[in-house]
Order: sequence, then C-alpha cells, then structure tokens
Amino acid sequence: MIKDILDKIDVLRDSVLSSIRDGCNLKDIDDVRIKNLGKKGELTRVLKQMGNLSEEERPVVGAKANEAREMLEEAITERVSELKLRECELNIKKETIDVTLPGKRFTGGKSHPMSIVLNDLKEIFRSMGYTVVNGPEIEETRFVFDMLNTPAGHPARDEGDTFYVSDDVVLRTQTSSVQIRTMLEEKPPIAIISPGRVYRRDEVDATHSPVFHQCEALVVDKNITFADLKGTLETFMKRLYGDSVRLRFRPHHFPYTEPSAEVDLSCFKCNGVGCPFCKGEGWIEMLGAGVVHPVVLQNCGIDPEIYSGFAFGIGLERITMMRYEIDDMRLLYENDIRFLRQF
Amino acid sequence: MNLSMKWLNDYVRADMQIEEFSRGMTMSGSKVEKWVDLSAPLEKIVCGKVVKIEKHTDSDKLWVAQVDAGNGSSVQIVTGAQNVTEGALVPIVLEGGVVLNRTDGSVMKIKRGKLRGVESMGMMCSFDELGLSHEDLPYADPDGILILDNDPEADKLTLGMDITEFLGIKDIAVEFEITNNRPDCLSVIGLAKETSATFNLPMNLKQPEFSGAIQNSKDSQSNSALNLKVKIENRELCSRYMAAVVKNVKTTPSPRWIAERLRASGVRPINNIVDITNFVMLEYGHPMHAFDKRYVAGNEIIVRNAFEGEKITLLDGEERVLTAQTLVIADADKPIAVAGVMGGEYSGIMTDTKEIVFESACFDGVSIRKTAQRIGRRTESSARFEKGIDPANAATALLRALELIEELGCGEVVKTIIDEDYSNKEPVRIKHNPKKINAILGSDISWDGQIEILKRLGFKYENGCVIVPNIRTDIRLECDLAEEIARIYGYNEIPSTLPRLISGGEVSKEEIFEKKTGIILQGQGCHEMTTFSFISQKAYAKARLRESDSKSVVIRNPLGEETGVMRASMLPSMLEVIARNYNNRNPGGRFYEIGAVYIPCENQLPNEQKVLCIGLYGEKEDFLTLKGIIEEFFERLGIKPDFSALLSNNSYHTGRCAEITCDNEIIGVMGEIHPFTAENFGIVGRVYSAELKMGKLMQHSLDVAKFRALPRFPSMKRDLSLLCPEETTAGELSRIITENAVNLEQIKLFDIYSGPQVPEGMKSLSYELIFRKADSTLTDEETDSVISKILKALEQKDIKLR
Repeated sequence: MIKDILDKIDVLRDSVLSSIRDGCNLKDIDDVRIKNLGKKGELTRVLKQMGNLSEEERPVVGAKANEAREMLEEAITERVSELKLRECELNIKKETIDVTLPGKRFTGGKSHPMSIVLNDLKEIFRSMGYTVVNGPEIEETRFVFDMLNTPAGHPARDEGDTFYVSDDVVLRTQTSSVQIRTMLEEKPPIAIISPGRVYRRDEVDATHSPVFHQCEALVVDKNITFADLKGTLETFMKRLYGDSVRLRFRPHHFPYTEPSAEVDLSCFKCNGVGCPFCKGEGWIEMLGAGVVHPVVLQNCGIDPEIYSGFAFGIGLERITMMRYEIDDMRLLYENDIRFLRQF
Repeated sequence: MNLSMKWLNDYVRADMQIEEFSRGMTMSGSKVEKWVDLSAPLEKIVCGKVVKIEKHTDSDKLWVAQVDAGNGSSVQIVTGAQNVTEGALVPIVLEGGVVLNRTDGSVMKIKRGKLRGVESMGMMCSFDELGLSHEDLPYADPDGILILDNDPEADKLTLGMDITEFLGIKDIAVEFEITNNRPDCLSVIGLAKETSATFNLPMNLKQPEFSGAIQNSKDSQSNSALNLKVKIENRELCSRYMAAVVKNVKTTPSPRWIAERLRASGVRPINNIVDITNFVMLEYGHPMHAFDKRYVAGNEIIVRNAFEGEKITLLDGEERVLTAQTLVIADADKPIAVAGVMGGEYSGIMTDTKEIVFESACFDGVSIRKTAQRIGRRTESSARFEKGIDPANAATALLRALELIEELGCGEVVKTIIDEDYSNKEPVRIKHNPKKINAILGSDISWDGQIEILKRLGFKYENGCVIVPNIRTDIRLECDLAEEIARIYGYNEIPSTLPRLISGGEVSKEEIFEKKTGIILQGQGCHEMTTFSFISQKAYAKARLRESDSKSVVIRNPLGEETGVMRASMLPSMLEVIARNYNNRNPGGRFYEIGAVYIPCENQLPNEQKVLCIGLYGEKEDFLTLKGIIEEFFERLGIKPDFSALLSNNSYHTGRCAEITCDNEIIGVMGEIHPFTAENFGIVGRVYSAELKMGKLMQHSLDVAKFRALPRFPSMKRDLSLLCPEETTAGELSRIITENAVNLEQIKLFDIYSGPQVPEGMKSLSYELIFRKADSTLTDEETDSVISKILKALEQKDIKLR
C-alpha cells in the first residue's frame, strides 16, 4: 500500500517535472503549479490516500511528499525565472530603437548675446566689489560734457558727432554721465559700473551703429593710482578671457582722464603671435582707461588733493562680437531668429 | 600724419629696424597705424649708360642696346622704345628685378629672354614703370624710356647706382594716429622730438635763419621795400599775424630733396613757393600761406570777420558765401583767404608771380574748426589750427620758410618782418613734486629718473619747477607731467595693484526683476531681442497708434527720418523685427525685449520707462498661446491680473485685445495685432503682441511665493457642462463659480461648443472642478451641496446645466 503511494508520488513528480520543462510561458507554469501543487491539486489528492496508512508509514510518505513538493517548487522557480528572462529579452529585442534618431526637445528662448556678455561683466565686477548704477540716456550736456572736462567748442560736442534734443540736452555719448551723477550724490569710496545705451552720430555699417552699449567703471577713493587701474583691468580681463591673456597699456588722450591709456589684449586666437584676426599685430584694441582728471573730481565737489580715482569704458558690442566671432554689428540689431537661437 | 623716415633722419638718427621704431613710438603714445615701403616692390633697378644701340636685324621696331650697368658689367637689352640714343643715361631693370606694369600697375618680374632670336638680359624702363607720374618728372617723355641726362640733378648720377635712391623714392612712410591733444606731433620735428625722447637719441635741430637781401630803413612799416600793412581787427580769433615779403620770385619745380619729402608725406609737389609753405607746415607743424602780392589790394592785410554774405572763391575753385562768424584775411577791398583754412584763388601763387607775402599766424582753434565745417572743407592747415597752436612756433616757421627761399634761390627776402603779436608766450611752470607723481601713478620712479625723462622731452627744470616748452600746449597740470613721465618710463613698467574696495557690489531690485523676467519668458520659448531706441516719426501712424501715444522726444540732428525720434512705444520696434523675420522667410518666432520708451516732459528730462514687449507670429500661435505665456509669467511673479476686452486700441484687433489690470491699475495690453497694422509693416499673417509696464509689474509682484502644504486627503472631481448666452464671457462664468464655491481647488475649462445640439444664440462651456478639504475627506453630500449652490447662482444669470 505504502509502496503504491510512494510510487504514485514518484510518477506524479516526474510527470510534473516534465510538464514544467515543457511549459513555454508563465501561464503554463502557473497552471501546472495550481493543478499539481495547489490546495486541491494532484499532490494533495495523493496525500489524502495516507488515511489508510499506519502511524509509522505516514511520516515516510509525508517526507517523500515534501521532498517532491520542494523539488517541484524549485523547478518552477527556476523555470519561471528562465522564462521571464527569455520574455524580457524578447521584449527588449522588440523595443530596440535607433539611438541615432533625433531627440524630442523643447527649445526655450535665448538671451541676446550682448545680454550674456553684459551679465558676465556685471558678475565679475560685482564680485570685485562694484555696484551697478543706471542713469538717463537723454541727458543734460553738463553731465555728458561740461563736467567731464569737455567744454563748449570741443569737437566731441559737434552736431556731426552727437545727437541733440536741444542746446543743453543730448543723447548721452557715453555712460560717464552716470559717473558724474553718482559723484555728485555720493561720497567716496565709490566703486561703480554703469552699463547702458549710448549714442553717436555714426552711420550703420559692419562696425558702427548710432546706438551702442558701453559698460564704464569708476573708482574714487583715497590713494587710488594708475597701478590700481592696471591691476583691476588685468584681473577683470583674466576673469573674462582666461588666465593666459596679457594686457598692454598704450598712452592715449581723453579729456576726462590724465594719464590716459588705450588697452590692448593679447589676441586670444593666436595668443599674441599674430594672425589674420588681429591683423598680424598680436594685440587687439579693447578699451580706453585712465586716472580721473582732477578737474572732473573738482567739478563734482570731490577734493582732488584728498581723493583720486580711475575710470574705464568697454564697448559691449565689440567684446560680444569678438567672443562669438560675429563679423557684422548689424546682426546684433536685426534680431533674425536664426541669429538669436545661436547663443 | 604720414612721416617720411628720411625726413625724420634729418633731425634724429633713427636707424633701428622699422618694426622696432613703430613699437617704440606706439608704446610712448604716438601710435603707428602702418608703414609703407615707398620703393616697394621695385627691385634691382640701376642707372646704366647706353654704350651702343643698333636696329634689330629681324625687326623694324626693335633695337638692341649694349648698356654699361657700372662696375664694368655690360648688359644686352632689346627694346621697342624709340627715344634711346647712344650715350644716354637710362634706368635699367636687371635680370630678376621688379617694376610695375604700365597698364595696370601690377608687379612685373623681369626675366632674361629672347626677342626675335636676340637675347635680352633686362629692361629699360619709363617713369610709370617706376610708379612715378609726369608731375614728378616733367622732363620725361611720357611714351618712352626715362632719359636721365635731362634730370636737373643728373650730375649726381653714377653708373650702377640704385635708381630709387637717386629719384628719392627709397623711403618709408609711417602713418601715425596722433591724438587731439598733440598738434605738435603733426610735424616732422614734433615726431623727431618724440623719437629722441622715446629712444633717448640726440636731436640735431638748428634755429632757422635768413640773411635778407633787401635792406630797409628802421621805420619799417612805411618802408617802400616792404610796402605792406597788417592790421588785426579781431584779436580774440587771431593772436598773432606775421608777414614777410619776397621779391623777384622765380617759380620753378622744387629740387628733388623737397619734392621727395613732400611726396613721402602724401603731399603733391607743385612749385617751389607752394612747396615751401607745405614743407614748413609738415616740418614745424605750423600752417603757412603765400599770397601773390600783386593781388593784395592796397598792400594791406586786414584780419577781420567776414561781412554776412561776402563771397570768396577758394583755391579749390569753388565759391563760398561767408557768414559773419568766419574769420578772413582781407585786403583793402575783399577777403583773400578764409583764415587758417584755405587761400583765395585770385591771390594764389602762379608761374608769373613776382612778389609774394608769406603769412605765419595764430588763429583760434574752435573758430577755425567751425569755419572749416561751415564751408565744408577741412584742410591740413585747419586740422592743425583747430587743435590749438603755439604762437612762438609761428616765428620759427616763418624763419624756416625764408631760409628755404634763400637756400633754393627762388627770390629775395625783404629783411623786415611784420609781427602783429598779442599772444601770450609766457611758458607754463608746474611745481614738480616727485612724490605726488608717484602717488598718481602708483610707481616708484626716482627724482633723478623723473627729471631725466622730462629733460628728454624738452622740459626745463628750475627751482623745483618744470618749465613746459611752448609747443606743448597740452601740458598744464601735475597730472599731465605724470602722464609724460609714465609714457616714457613705460606704462607697462608700472606695477599692477588692486585697490582695496570697501563697498560690496550691490544688486538692484530692478536688475533682479529683469533677470527673472528673462528666465520666465525664455522658458516659454521667447528670444530676447535688442532694437534701436529711435524710430521714424511715421512709425506711429504705421503702427496705428493714437496721436496721444505718439508724442516723442525729437532729435534735432538725426541721421535720417528713419531714426528721427526717440520711441514713445515699443510696438513699432517689435513689428519691425517680426516683419524682418517674416521677410527672411522664418516661419515663426517668439520675441521679447525689455526696452525703454521715452516720454517727453515739460521743462525736465524725458521720462524713461522700461516696457516689456512680447511678440509672436507663426502657425502655432494664437491669442491664447500669448495669453498662456502671460498667465504663466504673472503666476511665476506672483501677480494676479484681470483681463478685460479692450476696444479702443487701434493697433490691435479690436475683437482680440485685452487690457490687463491688477488691483484696478492698468499694467498693460495684449492681443492680436490689427490686420491693417500688420499690413502696414508688410506682414501677411497674424501677429500677437503684449506691452507691459515693468515698473507696474514690479510693484504688483510678490517677492517670494509662499509654500502651501501638500494635500493629505483625497480630492473629488465634478464636471459641469453649462449652457449660456453667446455674450457671456468665460471670465464671468469662472468668477461666479469661484465666488460660490467652497473647497474648490482647481477650475479648468476643457471644452467650448456651439453648434447643432445647442440652441441658437447660446454656447456650451464645460468645466472640470476639483474639490478638496485640507483637514478631512470630502463627502459626496458636501460636494453636491456646493454644486447646487453654484448652479443656483448661475441660474440667476440664465445659465443652466446642459
């Protein structure tokens, strides 16, 4: 009797094993499990016949049945993971895509290239302790000229160079007018930059525009020197263009600074060796600078015997065009979307 | 300023390489723009003598010449020229030499070759092949070889001599950019002084002198030999007027050494007298003029203002009508020159001129500049006067002119010189404080070092004071001395330091707000643009703006009508940009700019207001995409706007335009651009725009968004399809719903319908409402009661559930 049951278990086990092996999807396997190992399954049914067995025989059959169950469950687990893997691999194969297809993107708008550069300038100067100051673009001549040591009769004031609204109101030709306003209102120490639009009577071409942007800086305090101006510009340019740039200061003339300088930057394309970009010179003219003229300080009620200062001005168009290698200034004002998207 | 290196070397031996010279001068403040080798590309052209010349055996036109090229070398040359004879001195281009092509001036390299079987080892050349003109060599046959025997200086020729050397074209012309404060450097001697200071080289400069062949009695002005009176009527504008008379003048071409120096400086030689005035101007930087004394009526020179409407024909052949502001040199009857700018044609030097008056004067710079502008003629002379000129130099220049007259033998100088002088020649003294100089520069240059530099620049030192040379009209203050010392010491030798700044870079609210605006709009696909702030006055009408919005700040001297006024509205600028993109066939785009508009104000500076202008066009855009951008923008800035239909703005489509308000204050306008407006800008298609006042936006914006707790209890969703009269607005509906609801978390319009299933004159709007309580789970009953309350309120407005 017991042998009969044990044989049945063996037969059942072998047959179930083979159907697990033959099952080719997860559902088949699940069916096999329910049919044979479930509460109402074949194995349970076989074990029910144990009722006729003796106390000694039951554990033997029980052990045998458990052994078979364990074996089958193990086989099921193994087969399931095998099938899962196969199914997954199949799916992956099916879902394989061409990774060189273009991505689906949402393209946002861009900042105007001059804004990007101006933002960089502001960040650099702010980190060096400068405050950004704004002022009117339509400005009184005394702030644009007279107080900047540019008296009536000076060529810069000619109607051929400056836009006039009336005899004493002009479109500012430089943001230095903001410096004057600041010096009149505040006491040193002063450290400001004044970015903004300026106007000169130049016809539009590849390198000129009647409206353009400047960023001027002014420092006034005790013991400010030409050497401070040099150090400041070197620090600024290195932050803007990288540590390898070198500066060259050349004597120049501006009515509102003395000594005055023009500042050249070692060509960042050839590193100063000379190339078509810098016309073989190795240097690129960048900006005008100088020690604030004592008359200008005096005009603003600052005693030049106690205080001194320096100032410099940078053309935003120029550095923007150089940074992005834009060859025509008009592009900056045409706002063709194919241009605006590039930055 | 073009400087002849040969001329410079008359005064200072600058024999370094041209590159080194240029670098040095640039770094001491005289910026070299470029230099040109004047004899380039000519090469291997020497003086030769035709020893023998015979007809080519195989040609009617060709000749075979044997030419002695010096050093015993003989060259056989085949030539087609018909003016070469035995014994003639000619320029010959040796094998491998370079000349210019006669027809197009291109570079031509000479090779040995055979002409009809006869070997030719070089070429004889004409003046144009040397890059010269008939004016340079009047004696030369324009169609033949340059025969050097006819040259006035032929006795200086030797066989084998470099022809460019002989003809004075072997020189380098250096172009300087001279700053406005240095009129003294618009001269050879000025630049020689700079060269001397820069390279620490000695100057070789003598005070010019003349002997004066024609003597006169002591009572000079009435002297018959001089026979000239000078009167300055306007001493403000003319501080000094010197005049000298030369008799028995012989006008001839100038000798080569004068002509070549003028040519290298970019001035065309004319005749000895005119050339002397130009030569002295270039050499000393002081403009001169020469009058034919025959045409100085009354032998009287009066420096006065022109009479209004007075006329003069100048040396350029054009007649000018003068104004009373113009300073003229007049004789007893009429103006004979516009002072400091140009002489009159009538009294100009001609070939038969026998007696001349040399003028060397000082005129006011501003007056000369304005005059030059007024008569539309800026000359070498006016360019020098306008920058301010040293009155002492007037005398030196005149002496130099008279010295040259005698040296060139072109006339007899009357010994007496007239000098009407009201100028101040007292030299400027500046106290020298070496410590202060170093304090300005941040340098450590010794007292000795400073004095040494100043002396190199021609300054004198006396009792702790620096005496400024008269010619340096730009040096007045201690800071000027600091620059002088620094530029010769070397700007780049001064250390670099950083100032210790106490202030900490502040960021204004405006700047932060503008940055935020940019970030939000760019996130919505809008590109930032930059447009001109001036527009055409006509642009307002083009954009169909109201008269009252078109009052602009007018530019008195605009470049053109297109840029005649400062914009009072951003809309024309935006429409221009969209039109340009449309014309460039870009299918669409989103743009924005935060720009200023300029509103005129009575008796004060215009009000400059920042406006945010947004513009869209393209297939995917409509009123609601623009509104979506604005809603998102407002939400992110914490602004709660109200939109209401605006019918009164003609720039916009009156059925698709909204006024935007916040707390009953107008903050802007948005909508579709009126089709006529778009058409005026040449745009076929729909354009959408918004104009928002930055100041107002900032004022209504919440600085920081406040956190709301994340929901912990489930929400409940109800849909309402409402039937309402056509004219009912969605804004009205959602206002009624919101006002009557409690626990309403979100209201979303998801469908608008009018058509067959909806009665005539009605429309259906479908809303999704989401309800939620913060502290407990909503029950159906609670929500139902809210919904019925909403429906009751709607019913009062004839709005029913569909």
